[in-house]
Amino acid sequence: MSAFFVPVSASTQAATTDRLFLLLLVLSGVILLLVFSLVAVFAVRYRRGSSAPRGAMPAILSREFEIGWTAATLFVFLFLFWWASSAQVAALIPPAGALEIHVVAKQWMWKTQHPEGPREINELHVPADTPVRLLMTSEDVIHSFFVPAFRIKKDVLPGRYTETWFQATKPGVYHLLCAEYCGTDHARMEGRVVVMPAQDYARWLGARPEADGLAREGARLFVSRGCAGCHAPGSRVRAPRLAGLFGSTVPLSDGRRAVVDEAYIRDSILQPERDIAAGYDPIMPSFRGVLGDGEIVALTAYIRSLAAPEGRPAAEAAAPPGLAPGPPEGRSPAMEPGRALEGTPPAGGSP
Amino acid sequence: MSVAATPDERLLVPDRPSYLGAGASLRSWFGATDHKRIAILYAVTITIFFFLGGAAITLVRLELFTPQADVVTADTYNRLFTFHGIVMVWFFMVPAIPATLGNFLLPLMIGARDVAFPRLNLFSWYLAILGGAFTVATLILGGVDTGWTFYTPFSTMFSNSHVFAAAFGVFAVGFSSIATGVNFIATVHLLRAPGLTWFRLPLFVWSLYATSLVMVLATPVLAVSLLLVMAERVLHLPIFDPAHGGDPLLFQHLFWFYSHPAVYIMVLPAMGVVSEVITCFARRRVFGYTFMVYALVSIAGIGFFVWGHHMFVSGMSPFAGLVFSFLSFVVAVPSAIKVFNWTATLYRGQISFEAPMLYALGFLGLFTMGGLTGLFLASIPIDVHVTDTYFVVAHFHYIMVGGTVSAYFAGLHFWWPKITGRLYPEGWARFAAILMFFGFNLTFFPQFILGYLGMPRRYHVYPPEFQVWNVMSSSGATVLAAAYALPFGYLLWSLIWGRRAPNNPWDATGLEWRTASPPPPHNFDQQPRIDVGPYDYHPEAVAPAPDQRPRRRQGEDA
Repeated sequence: MSAFFVPVSASTQAATTDRLFLLLLVLSGVILLLVFSLVAVFAVRYRRGSSAPRGAMPAILSREFEIGWTAATLFVFLFLFWWASSAQVAALIPPAGALEIHVVAKQWMWKTQHPEGPREINELHVPADTPVRLLMTSEDVIHSFFVPAFRIKKDVLPGRYTETWFQATKPGVYHLLCAEYCGTDHARMEGRVVVMPAQDYARWLGARPEADGLAREGARLFVSRGCAGCHAPGSRVRAPRLAGLFGSTVPLSDGRRAVVDEAYIRDSILQPERDIAAGYDPIMPSFRGVLGDGEIVALTAYIRSLAAPEGRPAAEAAAPPGLAPGPPEGRSPAMEPGRALEGTPPAGGSP
Repeated sequence: MSVAATPDERLLVPDRPSYLGAGASLRSWFGATDHKRIAILYAVTITIFFFLGGAAITLVRLELFTPQADVVTADTYNRLFTFHGIVMVWFFMVPAIPATLGNFLLPLMIGARDVAFPRLNLFSWYLAILGGAFTVATLILGGVDTGWTFYTPFSTMFSNSHVFAAAFGVFAVGFSSIATGVNFIATVHLLRAPGLTWFRLPLFVWSLYATSLVMVLATPVLAVSLLLVMAERVLHLPIFDPAHGGDPLLFQHLFWFYSHPAVYIMVLPAMGVVSEVITCFARRRVFGYTFMVYALVSIAGIGFFVWGHHMFVSGMSPFAGLVFSFLSFVVAVPSAIKVFNWTATLYRGQISFEAPMLYALGFLGLFTMGGLTGLFLASIPIDVHVTDTYFVVAHFHYIMVGGTVSAYFAGLHFWWPKITGRLYPEGWARFAAILMFFGFNLTFFPQFILGYLGMPRRYHVYPPEFQVWNVMSSSGATVLAAAYALPFGYLLWSLIWGRRAPNNPWDATGLEWRTASPPPPHNFDQQPRIDVGPYDYHPEAVAPAPDQRPRRRQGEDA
């Protein structure tokens, strides 16, 4: 699967990393050669009793030498810093519209879930030439999502989301490894990433029985877990409405402001007393122990879908062409912002 | 012994009482307050730990010969590499040079009778023994499987091994190194002989001083982080557990705030040793003495602000990552300066290649490679790919084993005549030095390639395409093991059959060579006075002649 000296390069990031690695390799080769050959030449030429002339020490002062090579070293190192960091900063933010895949790690397996619903264990199918954003969390200890062929690695922590992204360039099957020591079977916590051409991926996705939207699952949970009782439009309880909320900035009761993202929603579900939205009473109970990580992911996807422009669910907008979960009339009303949900009082029907 | 010494220096005065002759009872050793005897206690202790840690990693390398699990189970494997890490870092590398060579030589090099607090010195050895006892007990009870890094929440909530005992062992040995640090700082400040100004101190003394500062300032943070681990594990205080609002990343910040400076605790004294050895065998003044001093001190200082480079992929803010990346490049500058200065010290020297010099040149090469690969790791995009892989393993072994252990052996051979009063067999020693260099490279160079190919650390089984490089590394490890066994054999042999050592076999300039080999319990018969810098091997403006005697030795009358 990998070559003898350099691993297979199968992502846009891999090319950048390899270029930088090569630059550093050449540069340190030069420095190493300089030091080694100076030591070798001095060792032979100035071995004890050799006939090489010693005499008066040269007039060049050590001070000038020291300042010279300190400045030169500093300059080279700062250049390296600049080069490496600019490559890093450019790769920091995933492109807009990236395919979003959720990863949940646990001792000792990887669980992945596609926006359209399909789940996989120790496997991840992705389309080639499409940016893929990974939103990851762990159910127990710290793990690390490592795909050598993509040159990406990111620790996966319990209790918070970390994210990374990649754009695969070459169809194939690649190692997915855990790089952070996580206990007994750390070395066996491996999976594979299958990169497929976009059409094959669409076919693969369509053939999955559970190809049902993550947001749709979230909509079901929204009702069955009782969220709708307060947060649905038309509810009599005074609770924040969720349509258009995702991605916005909300004022908090203590004067801070918070950006509504995955982490904020997760915290609001599990630790509702922590960040109270301004103008609301702290009446929401914690759902810790009630909702699993997968369910929170689904609920988040649902809340996110309520934020899409022109009332269209984000899940559809983000999906690759041809992969939308069906025509609007076939969809759950929960996915339409402002529409009443089954099992809750209809909007405007309250006395 | 190719260095000529005057006949009176070669003369041994057998009836002179040495520190070794000052009693042979158990009490005279285990209750000793003489820094030289305590140094011997430390030396015996760390040698035992070195071979224990080595035995553990031998099994690990044996397991890695094949991709499948065939020697030990996954749990045993995890306990083996954890034991190796804990023992080698805290019970061998950290005390290796400061507590043995440093303890023995610091008072001798500054013309003092002992360290500032002799009883504290002995107490710190007992603390190390207490910590060591807990660590060995952990192993006997069944081991600990957290890795030497004790990452939470694995260590506090998930591991089913003896985390508490192991953490307590490290906690105890931490106080031992704080005590040593305090002792050395006070010694250097208060007990320098008349005339021995700061800028006449040998670089080894400077390096011990800088190391002691780091020990005193950083080790308490280790103690605190381990205390928190023990508190969460035993008392279930929610500190790192995210389910109760704790933060698992907090532990990594605390841990690396100690453990990165700890790298400098391990490598600064090595730089000091190498400076002494290279000047002596090149018969040269060290190139740029004041720059060497500033480099030591600035490495110790900046070293406190780079811990985040261990955490680029941990989920820390990417902007913090950039700052740590920048500072990591900056801290590499003074190390590079030192390498250039050692190289320049060889220029126009009269170089001879006794075993200490071979070890020191080995240090120079391996440390340079370790330092250069550090630049790779400071570059975030490369670090993202190679962190937690064998690339990192190779990198820090180049620094800590290729660097520090080579320097430890350089110092051990260099001062062996002074410490024991015996000469080691030169041929064997040179052979071991060369074997060690090649064995080391054969073991660890393939690991750079393995790491770039993507083999993660701490893997009991691995994908089969990595096997070639693992076989190469494991084969190198057998060579390296043989190279480490050699000095153990011939140095012990020399204790009984070695030739008697003169006071100054290398014709070196340091104050420690002005007294007898082995030194008397009180070190110097009369208070030395110093009016000259440390490496006055030749006149300032003239390169050394073939049979150049040192122009002035420290403590020698003008």
